[in-house]
This record gives sequence, C-alpha cells and structure tokens, in this order.
Amino acid sequence: VEYAIVSMRRVAAMTGEVFYFTELLGLEVFDLKGRRIGRVEDAALVPLIDPIRVDRYLVRAGWVWLTVRHDQIESLSLDGIHLRDEVLTPYHEDEYMLRIARDLLDQQIIDVNGRKVVRVTDVTFGLTRQEGGDILRALEVDIGVRSILRRVLQGWLPRRWIRTLQRIVPPNSIRWDFCNIVEPDPQRRLRLNIDYLKLESLHPADLADIVEELGPEERSAVIETLDSEVAADALSEVDPKMQVSILESLDTEKAADIVEEMAPDEAADALAELEDETSEEILQEMDVEPQSEVSELLEYREDTAGGMMNTEYVALDESATVADAMTAIRANEDVIEVLNTIFLTGPEGRLAGAVPLGKLFIAAPETPLKQLVPGTLLKISADAKQDRVTELFDKYNILTLPVVDGEDNLAGVITADDVISVLREK
Amino acid sequence: MTVAAPARRTSLFKKSRYQLALLLSVLGPGFVTAMVDNDSGGILTYSQAGARWGYLPLWTLLPITVLLIVTQEMNSRMGAVTGKGLQDLIREEFGVRATFFMMATLVVTNLTNVMAEFAGIAGSLELFSVSRYISVPICAIAVWLLVVRGTYTSVEKIFLFASLLYVTYIISAILLKPNWQESLIYSVKPKLMLDTDYIVMLIAMVGTSIAPWMNFYLQAAIVEKGVTAKEYGASRLEVIVGCIGTSVIAFFIIVACAAAIWANGPRNIDDPATAAMALKPFGKYAFLLFSAGLFNASLFAASILPLSTSYSVCEGLGFEAGVNKRFGEAPVFYWLYTLLIAIGAGVVLLPHFPLVKMILFSQVLNGILLPVVLIFMVKLINKKELMGEWVNSRFYNWVVWIAVVILIGLTLALTGITARQTWK
Repeated sequence: VEYAIVSMRRVAAMTGEVFYFTELLGLEVFDLKGRRIGRVEDAALVPLIDPIRVDRYLVRAGWVWLTVRHDQIESLSLDGIHLRDEVLTPYHEDEYMLRIARDLLDQQIIDVNGRKVVRVTDVTFGLTRQEGGDILRALEVDIGVRSILRRVLQGWLPRRWIRTLQRIVPPNSIRWDFCNIVEPDPQRRLRLNIDYLKLESLHPADLADIVEELGPEERSAVIETLDSEVAADALSEVDPKMQVSILESLDTEKAADIVEEMAPDEAADALAELEDETSEEILQEMDVEPQSEVSELLEYREDTAGGMMNTEYVALDESATVADAMTAIRANEDVIEVLNTIFLTGPEGRLAGAVPLGKLFIAAPETPLKQLVPGTLLKISADAKQDRVTELFDKYNILTLPVVDGEDNLAGVITADDVISVLREK
Repeated sequence: MTVAAPARRTSLFKKSRYQLALLLSVLGPGFVTAMVDNDSGGILTYSQAGARWGYLPLWTLLPITVLLIVTQEMNSRMGAVTGKGLQDLIREEFGVRATFFMMATLVVTNLTNVMAEFAGIAGSLELFSVSRYISVPICAIAVWLLVVRGTYTSVEKIFLFASLLYVTYIISAILLKPNWQESLIYSVKPKLMLDTDYIVMLIAMVGTSIAPWMNFYLQAAIVEKGVTAKEYGASRLEVIVGCIGTSVIAFFIIVACAAAIWANGPRNIDDPATAAMALKPFGKYAFLLFSAGLFNASLFAASILPLSTSYSVCEGLGFEAGVNKRFGEAPVFYWLYTLLIAIGAGVVLLPHFPLVKMILFSQVLNGILLPVVLIFMVKLINKKELMGEWVNSRFYNWVVWIAVVILIGLTLALTGITARQTWK
C-alpha cells in the first residue's frame, strides 16, 4: 500500500490529474446511452477494503438515492461521470463506509506530521485509469484559503473557471497518510479501521496540545485508545482543568490504568482536582504500590513542599558504596531520565546526605558514598510553604531538594520541573 | 513510611474549597459579555432615551433582560455541553459557505463597531481635554499589547476589573438626585405612544442590547474556560446575574440623563460625550463619573471586539488562532486582530471620515446578521446528536422561538428605519 501511495502521487504529479471533492459534488452521471441519471451527492471510502480508493459514489436521481461502485465507472472528468453498465443499485446505509461529505468535510482531524488539529475543507484525489475505468484515490486533505475559495464558489461558477481562479492562492494540504480521523464511537472506529498508533510516536507535549484542541468527546476518544503509558505522559502535560474533565469522562478502570502510569506527584495533583468520590473510585482501581504512593502524596496540602514533591527517588543506606549506587540505578531504570541525585539514609530512614549523580562517575567503585557528600545538606520540611521551596531553588541553584517529614525521614523529592510548573501557574 | 503531621485536608475543607473554586472558575465569561454589552453605542442609546423621554422607556429593560438571558443562556449551554465554539458548530453543521459569509459580515460589522468604540474613547477623553490624536493611538497600542503580550488569565482579570468600573454610572445617577418614585413606577408600567420617534427609540434599545458578536464571544469564552456540562449550573447563574447587571447599569444611565437633561427640558443628543457634557451644569462629579464610565466602556469593548472577531473567523475557517501562539504560528489571527484595531482607531483620526454613517451602517449589518445567527443557534441547540439530554425542552423552545421572532422583527424594523435615515 505504501508503495502504491507513493507511485500514485508521482503519477498525479506528473500528469496533473487531480480531482477535488468539491468538483465531484453535483457532477452529472450518465448511463451507457448518454442519458442523465442524476448528480453525485457524496463519495465513500471503505477503509477495510482499500484505505484510499473511492469505493462508491452516492448519486441522487430525482427522489431516489443510488450507489455507483467504482468498477461501474467508464470515465470520470469535469464534464461528468459515464457508466459502463446498466446496473443501478439503491443506496444502503453501510457502517463500513467513510462518507467524505458527511463524515469528513468540515470536521476536525489530526495532522500527525504537523502535530496539530486541522479542519478539513476539501479532499484532493488522484485520477487514474485502471482496468478500463477511472479510479479516484485520496491523496491529500486540503485546508486553508485555496480550498475555502473552492468551497465558496462551488456550484456558482463552472468547475474549470474555479480551477483557474484558485491558482492565485498557494495550496495548503496535508498528505492523506499523515491524517488521523477522530471518531468517538469505538465500534465505528473498528469498522473504519481507524487507530491512533501514529500519535503514539509524538512527543507527549505535542500530543497534549493536540488533545487540548479537540472537542471533549474526541478528546476522551483519543486518550481512551492510546496506550496507557503514552496517555499518561500526554495527560501530565495537559492543562489541569482539562485533566479533570478527561479523567471524569473515562471509565474508572481506564482512568486508573492511566493514573498508575503517571509520575506519583502528577497523579496526586490530578486526583486532587477531582471530586472526592471520583478520585476515591479511581484510587480503588489502581494497583497497590502506585496507589499507596499517590494516596500518601494526596495527604499533603497542594501549596506545600509535600504537595509539590514526588516519591520517585533513589535512596541508599549511608554505608553504601559507589558500586552499590550503580546497581541501584540499574534496578530503577524507569527514573533514570530525571535522576540527578542519590540520597543517603541513616537509621530509621533519617536523611543523611545527598550525592550528585555526576560524582559517581569520577569515583572508584569501592568508594563509600559518604565521602562524596558535599558540605551542606539542603532539605525542606513537608509542610513548608511553596514560596519557601522556590526561594531555596533560586538561592542555591539546585536541581533537586529532598523533603523530610516531622521526624527528619526522607519523604520525597522536589525537582526543578516541579518548581517551574508552580512558577508558571502564578 | 511515616508521615508526621502533614496538614491533612479534611473532607469538609476539601469539599467547600472545591465548590468555591468551581464558582470562581466559571466566573468571568458571562459576566464580562453582559458588561461589554453596554459599550459606547449602548450608552448613546440609553442616554438618548433618558434625555428625550425621561423615565418613560424604563419598562423596556425588563423584557430586554429576558431576551438577553434567553439568547445568552443558549450560548453558554452549547459551549459547556459541546466544548466547541459557535463558529465551529456552524462550520460542522452548515458548511464552509454559510460560515464564510457569516464571518465576512461579522468582520465588517465588528470593524465598524470597533470604530464606534474608538470614537467613544476619543469623545470621552476630550471631555477631560485630552486630544484624540494622543488618546486614540495610545489606547490602540495598549489594547493591542494587552492581548498580544498578556496571558489569558491576566487579560480576563483586567476585564473583570473593568466590569466593576461600571459602578460609576450608578454613583453618577445617584448624585443627580433623580425622581426615584417615578423611575420605579415606570420600570414596571409599560408606556406605549404612537409617536414614531418613541417607537424608534424603543426598537433601538432592544437592538443595541443584543449583538451577534456577543453570541460568538460568550460561547468561545465558556469553551476557553473549560466549563463542562456538569458545572453548567454555575455558568447559567452567572449569565443570568450578568444580564440583570447589564440592565441595572442601563437603568441608571437612563435615570441619570432623565434627571439632569429631560427634567430641565427634553432634547435630542447626538453622541454619548454630549450627554456627559449636558450633565455638567447639574453636578461636577456626576459629569466626571459619567465620562469616566464612557471611557471605560469604550476601551473595554475595544479590547474585546477585535479579539473575539479574530478568534471566530480563524476558528470557523480553520486558521490557527490563539493568544498563546506566536505571531508566526498564527499569522492570519494576528493580522486580522492588528488590522481591526489599526483601521478602527485610524479612521477616528481622519478629519472628514463619515463616522456617524459608518456606525449606522454597522447597526444595519448587525440587524442582518443577528436573525441568521439566532436561527442557526436554535437549530443547533435542538440537535440531539450534539446536545444529548441538553436540548431545549418543548416549552423552552416556544419561549426561544417567540424571543427570536420578536428580536428579528424589531431588528428588521430598526434596520429598515436606520437604512432610510442613512440614505434619505
């Protein structure tokens, strides 16, 4: 299929044989003897059979709606469609059809390559001859001024005039294979062969922007279908207000799956915004370990150090060596991207020191970590105010700050990105 | 891990905090929209009504409030339930062509509205002896920067604060010692006279109260705020309070002009600055407050109109839009926004520009656009696939259709009369 698309485009580019959906609308259909049957009302793809070929045309003949299959067409041009047989089938609603005018035109779709949400104005087809008949294949989705011009003038001016006129405006289109249709109904999604796999490779922040731009129904549909881990990353980047409405719209099980995958501090922030009942339900559904971490964090007031911190950190006993630290890091691969400090704890979990990650690389494996601890140990109490936290980060130019509870036990860590989030909110 | 004495959120505390946050989080759009309704055009109409007819027209405020609430409630409901702007819904349900012509008309109408606002700024500041060649450019740049350099939340805070400044009209009216007994009686006692001028005035009052751009702005603002169907109750309350607030301000403007101008000899006034001027002999502070109110209202509407227009047009036609995007990312949005302000402010400075004609022309366009927008709205809000259980009830539909028919009738009449006056 991929090869077919590429070669198709080359053909279309070479011969300039493109056909716009707006031109198809209202196009006259003639039978074998050249008598007019009716006019085209819509065209449909059946993605399960062929993802880009126009499978059938909907023709209105007086009061009757007919279906014309692609292999019934002899020729298709700006002057009309000529059929090659006499079979006229009445139109039947079919759930496997993606009808361009009804389902696609003027709707929002995702431009995966451009990483944004766009609104479909028109569709560009490539027109080729195959097995003795003319076939249309979807090449591009048109957005922007040029396609708007076509839509506005469609039916008011002859098709050829519009083709000439539109040349003054540069085209603005998205390749069909970069387009992702958004369909809220999961049944229909299957029948139309729509998935969001392409979205999963996007950066979570881009994905979050896309999700924010969609309507609420489409928003939950996308989040629901994404892999929980991807969904969690994206959701963490979404505006808190929208997080709430997304989590509320999902069923509890899926919501719990996603929240489990979020960083505990972000999960706690999101849950704290929900109504008690809903957040309780989601917590119940979660696995034991992430659940206890998140509920612990939920105990702290949002505007305190405890509310800002997360519980994903690496802490070792103060007698540990550099080699122990390396082993511990290898065992905690999922935190490696954000890890920049190793913490040391004394008896009963009391915070004893903090070792910058970089120091591990220049020390011999058998060196005790204690020797690598720099002079002062900065820490903050869990119930300290947010402002105090940002002050410390600013004053000492640190990347991480350990948070301790009333008994000086290590409770969590605040990282620079938490501070940035707080500052941005102000 | 032991957690020693963290400040525990008790359930009760969390609950009340949640509800307060809910109320605060939806406060804004409805209130701001309702207040901007009393822009320089509105103030002119109310001043004229009070100066020429005294307390008689006050009764119209009651039905106007109902009409306002009915239309705005539909917008906020659509915004909350669908999460989409009015222009998005029109585009999705009625296609590009309808959207395109609606947006084109909206741009022209709102451009003339922006001119009227900058004329209001010029007029009000000239009462304080500030030349328009200073005031208009400064305000235009300030408005532009406010949106381009500010963030949405800070902009909305400023807007909410500006809404409070409408209080100046209330104080100004009280200072002028109006006849409270009469003003209360005529607020509920309908007075009809077969006098063309009187009828035109009544129609104008309704016509200036409900403008098409407000429907777009309100719905967009509700969506931007992320109000959901669940929180919709609070939003509806806010819309109702806002609409009542609008009429209260209108009441005091009419009363002020009735007390100061009409009581000393009914007369016609041509622009809101003249109304403020006419108050001067009867109270220095009343005059100051009235002029300050006019300046605030004009500046306020001048900040919102271009922004709202650019949003509607870009989202309806599928161009990138948003104050959070950079200039290069959303060029159409920013260019439209900039041009609306530049042209709107620029013509006020042209010596022989037919400003009054332009403003009348904008009223005619408003009148043509409003029925179309309202009919689209009623059709949209009755679509089950969009609104689900939130479609209009049958009774409500009756109310809405009657309101729509009355509004269309009145605006068409106003449009006809204005058109005749303009091209007589």
